[in-house]
Amino acid sequence: MISRVEIHPGRYHDSVRLMQASKALQGVAGVTDALVAMATELNLGLLADMGFDMDAVSVAGPNDLLLAVRAETEDAIAAAHAVLDDALTHKIAPSGGLDGPDPKTSCSAADRNSANVVLLSVPGEHAFVEAMEALVTGRHVMIFSDNVPIDQEVTLKEFGVANELLVMGPDCGTAIVNGLGLGFANAMRPGSVGMVGASGTGIQQMCCLLDDAGVGVRHALGTGSRDLSEDVGAIATLQALAALDRDPSIEVIVVISKPPAPAVADRVRAAAAACTTPVVVTFMGETTLEEGAGEVLALLGVAARTYGSWEAVQDDHRPGLLRGLFSGGTLRDEARFVAMPALGEIGKKEADPGHTFIDYGDDEYTRGRAHPMIDQTVRIDRLDAAAADESVGVILMDVVLGYGSNADPSAELVPSIERAVAAGAAVVVSLCGTRGDPQDRDRQADRLRSAGASVWLSNAAAAREAARLATTRTTA
Amino acid sequence: MSDLSQLLDSDPVVATAGTEMLAESIEQQGSMVSRADWSPPYPGTERALIALAADGRMPAANSTAIDRMMSVRPSLVDVRVARDVFGDMTDHTLFHAGPPLEWERASGPMRGAIIGAMLYEGLADDPDDAAARAARGEIELSPCHHHGAVGPMAGVTSPSMPVAVVADAAGDGVSYSTLNEGLGKVLRYGAFAPEVIDRLRWMDGVLGPVLGAALRSGGPIDLRSLIAQALQMGDDGHNRNRAVTSLFLRTIGGVLVDGTDAPVAQRQEVFDFIEGNDHFMLNLVMAAGKLASDAAAGVAASSLVTVMARNGTDFGVRLSGTGDQWFVAPAPPVDGLYLGSFTEDDASPDIGDSTITETVGLGGFAMAAAPAIVGFVGGTAAGAVRRTLAMYEITMAENDAYQIPMLEFRGTPTGIDAAKVVRTGVLPQINTGVAGKVPGTGMVGAGLVEAPIECFAQGIDALAGSLTE
Repeated sequence: MISRVEIHPGRYHDSVRLMQASKALQGVAGVTDALVAMATELNLGLLADMGFDMDAVSVAGPNDLLLAVRAETEDAIAAAHAVLDDALTHKIAPSGGLDGPDPKTSCSAADRNSANVVLLSVPGEHAFVEAMEALVTGRHVMIFSDNVPIDQEVTLKEFGVANELLVMGPDCGTAIVNGLGLGFANAMRPGSVGMVGASGTGIQQMCCLLDDAGVGVRHALGTGSRDLSEDVGAIATLQALAALDRDPSIEVIVVISKPPAPAVADRVRAAAAACTTPVVVTFMGETTLEEGAGEVLALLGVAARTYGSWEAVQDDHRPGLLRGLFSGGTLRDEARFVAMPALGEIGKKEADPGHTFIDYGDDEYTRGRAHPMIDQTVRIDRLDAAAADESVGVILMDVVLGYGSNADPSAELVPSIERAVAAGAAVVVSLCGTRGDPQDRDRQADRLRSAGASVWLSNAAAAREAARLATTRTTA
Repeated sequence: MSDLSQLLDSDPVVATAGTEMLAESIEQQGSMVSRADWSPPYPGTERALIALAADGRMPAANSTAIDRMMSVRPSLVDVRVARDVFGDMTDHTLFHAGPPLEWERASGPMRGAIIGAMLYEGLADDPDDAAARAARGEIELSPCHHHGAVGPMAGVTSPSMPVAVVADAAGDGVSYSTLNEGLGKVLRYGAFAPEVIDRLRWMDGVLGPVLGAALRSGGPIDLRSLIAQALQMGDDGHNRNRAVTSLFLRTIGGVLVDGTDAPVAQRQEVFDFIEGNDHFMLNLVMAAGKLASDAAAGVAASSLVTVMARNGTDFGVRLSGTGDQWFVAPAPPVDGLYLGSFTEDDASPDIGDSTITETVGLGGFAMAAAPAIVGFVGGTAAGAVRRTLAMYEITMAENDAYQIPMLEFRGTPTGIDAAKVVRTGVLPQINTGVAGKVPGTGMVGAGLVEAPIECFAQGIDALAGSLTE
């Protein structure tokens, strides 16, 4: 039997609280006697009666906290200490209208619900301070914000790697962690595919295609648009790749990026090759997401397929240029990559001559308004302009569904699509969404199709169709 | 299991700052989100905040500093005479509250207290003579805080005054404060009428010696324990000290009866004086706070606020990581309740070292413990609770000794983080008395004031600058 008597000078607690603590201590396995009390004469007498050694309390007074425990083992004494700490420290949230003000920092918010992920969309110039605090306090970070200086991005990601914490972003629009979509993300059934993506809409398109083939996604770890740049050097991509490789529930890994810096691309390829889990690398400008999805399906033993479409016959459209009106940068880039062999150069700026594919998610068009995946005003304006422009024959646009996106995009687009079709233009829609998305993907597709558009789940397929229409009826 | 594997292995729990849409879309998926009501930092502090975050030393430095602050065990050990305690105090030296100050810039109550102290010390014939001499520079003014001391309101401490000596039972620090004169016409509020001077003489002739003897024979008295108990009896440690003064009187009572050789009449006077002054313990709570905050000073890269103090003209702040530097801004007016026919037009700007209580998690930071004085915060107990809860946003720790029953015995918000102040715009909430602006008036009210954010902004800028030195 071990006895331990301690004095904590000047540590005051109310007697009711101390009686509760004594009771809690007596309930600890292996503890035979316990007393927690202020060292008043009465309590010291009690201590003596309980047969404890009184040497340790010779100088104790009524303002000192007395702890006495008799137990069978040292472990039980340690357990008693833990129970005491627990009993005497604040645990319960006050109730009954005693709510405090809202938390003012992301970490304060995270303290309230014990969050392990902090999602930041504060202006980019302020993101670093919030993100660093999240990392220092042991939380993973997703930075939706753009305009974060690149040296800050590198500092955050290096700190993350050193501390086994993931930094998704800056400029990370999409992530899925254990099925929970963060930012712009599609509802995915559970599955064994893990993604690493330096492109939000790239991840979304891959999700859309895999979902259509009946394949689920467990994680899609966004890394931010600059991760595969020379400056950042794929810090987060390599970290996420290794983490997914260690995750036993992941059967196939997909790496997606906007066109990477060549040296960085080689490093990522080498890391992918060293993984024990099969890795499909999909770099824009080299291949399409559709091809990448095909490789994933093959690795999983799922039969290759053509992806869903709701086609309209538009072969008698008026001749003219192809206008691409995109909300997703990667979808724009993929469409360009697909269509350029057939159409030649396609401009990326509105002022460019000939065919143009514009990313309306670019900073230039989003100042003072929400992203076009939410606020379609600018794209509808350009759609109407293209319909009225006799030199335009075909209009290609993406519609991205999922959490975070416009709640009912087709409702806003249908009148303009109908006008464009009535004016003789062909309209092709790349519909990026999954069956589980809150907007009801099939209803969106049906309404777009009913307005006269051709609708394709595969962005590459939509681009091929638009290019076909544009080349089959060229201007005389 | 590493943190990263754990992330991938369990359902994530998310907190957000920024766009509401991102939080909503997580809730749409059936997951709970905690949102920050985020706002940009105080303009001009962005670069310093980024530099501090990038440097990386601040979190550990703050942890060290706050641990030091909370591990101090202030014990009241003695009452001695100021000139014996402060080695560099000459016959012409007066200590004062707040950051450094010259007579020319001194407020009404500060001038009144200086005049009163000069009359008390025999340094002037009458109030006009005192003012003229002070204006000629015959008096050396020095902040209490430069001498390990604190004083409420004007805080004027002169060589003959008795000062309480508070020592750290867990370390070797010592701090000092004057003894409290009571309310109404008193020196610390700038009054200097004959009754004020007479009381000061009684304090050095009777109160100081009797208390000193009692403490030397029956002390020391553990102040942290008394304060902790008092918070559970309705004190905040700044504007309400009724419970802690009662506890002190209980503790010292027995020694007063049989522990000194003083005449019975004197012992009776001392007992009655303390019994009749609900704020007697304020100065001792302040000295306990000074001891704790001094222990936390001098930790490089720490943004912990170690001093908030006002002299009636300026509000000054010091940080742990920036040494002896003061960061000052104009002392703000107090949002107060007024005595009798006094109004805010009679009020001097904020004054006193008593903000040391807020600096260590008491006063406005413990408002939720003091429902009896909620009249200062809109009259509701819920208002008092909200005030305290707001302070957790800008503090580093929950006090391990000072607890608030109404918050389920949560520790008071302790250790102001200047970086959090400028990031959130949440300002330290201070409970305080109000002095009349005309010299000689005395107390006119009590109320609330918020520390000016400019002090913290300057401090953060200097702290960022100190990283490369």
